[in-house]
Amino acid sequence: MMCCASKMFALTGWPAMSDLSAHPVSEPRFYSTREHHPENGTLLGFWLYLMSDCLIFACLFAVYAVLGRNYADGPAGAQIFDLSTVAVNTSLLLLSSITYGFAMLHMQRGRSRLTLLWLGVTGLLGAGFIFFELREFAHLFAEGAGPQRSAFLSSFFALVGTHGLHVTFGIVWLVTLMVQIRKHGLIAENQRRLMCLSMFWHFLDVVWIGVFSVVYLMGVLS
Amino acid sequence: MNAHSEHGSHGAHDAAHTGSLKDYLIGFVLAVILTAVPFWLVMGKRVDSSSIAAAVILGFAGVQTVVHMVYFLHMNTKSEGGWTLLALLFTTMLLVITLSGSIWVMYHMNHNMMPASMHGMHGMHDMRNMP
Repeated sequence: MMCCASKMFALTGWPAMSDLSAHPVSEPRFYSTREHHPENGTLLGFWLYLMSDCLIFACLFAVYAVLGRNYADGPAGAQIFDLSTVAVNTSLLLLSSITYGFAMLHMQRGRSRLTLLWLGVTGLLGAGFIFFELREFAHLFAEGAGPQRSAFLSSFFALVGTHGLHVTFGIVWLVTLMVQIRKHGLIAENQRRLMCLSMFWHFLDVVWIGVFSVVYLMGVLS
Repeated sequence: MNAHSEHGSHGAHDAAHTGSLKDYLIGFVLAVILTAVPFWLVMGKRVDSSSIAAAVILGFAGVQTVVHMVYFLHMNTKSEGGWTLLALLFTTMLLVITLSGSIWVMYHMNHNMMPASMHGMHGMHDMRNMP
């Protein structure tokens, strides 16, 4: 099969596609007889949404990179960031990523109770993340380091706040899906929704890598 | 033939978006290591030079992003016929242009827009000596 496909590739210069390799090499074909849209476009479409979301975060990171040192005589990152809280938040989000993975593995095997259990754990870890983040924000506001204080704090709250808002909506979505699974079980529609939320949740963890590295760790350095 | 190929691509679908337990565990262990090292460097003040520390932090962040993409988001060259990877590469390109472009342009603008007194006193002297 592979050998045949690579021969086709060598002969025609076309990429070795699966539908081409399925045919014997009787005559060279320069076109595909099948249309090339996927059978279920939801996951690809959702991935494209995540990529556009990624661009929103790219803009917010760019704003932070430009304004992140404009303190306006206010506090700098090293004075207001509490790295132990950030470490706890990072652990919570990372743990929630793997517990969501466990939920997906149980979903594959059709165990709805265990799926629900791990989704619940994921939701609690996400809620813990939001709790610590809101506590940090409240602490900053109490110190007079709100978003109106300096360009650095405006861009900080815009970036970290947008991420927190995403996690919050992720939790809302997660609870909604738990109700759906309890009501209808692991039907195909719910499995598809769980896969989309899986991508969303892991994507937020990827964005958080950028946040804790660029905003918190590098902010404390200087 | 048609039914068979459709079934085949559905199988690829599932494999593309949900990994195995081993995948998740490898990804998790790698992610923990890649997170712990930069935190340890900064919180324990292990590196004196902040520019070296920043480079290490960014390096670890880059590697961890790839780890998450591969082990948690199950990125590979085959899922959805390569379209997810293509979209990701395009987004990465836009991301690099946005970030590097903003930093580059704004750095030079900040430099040029500095008050004259901060450029050094030459400009001021010339102004004062003017008739």
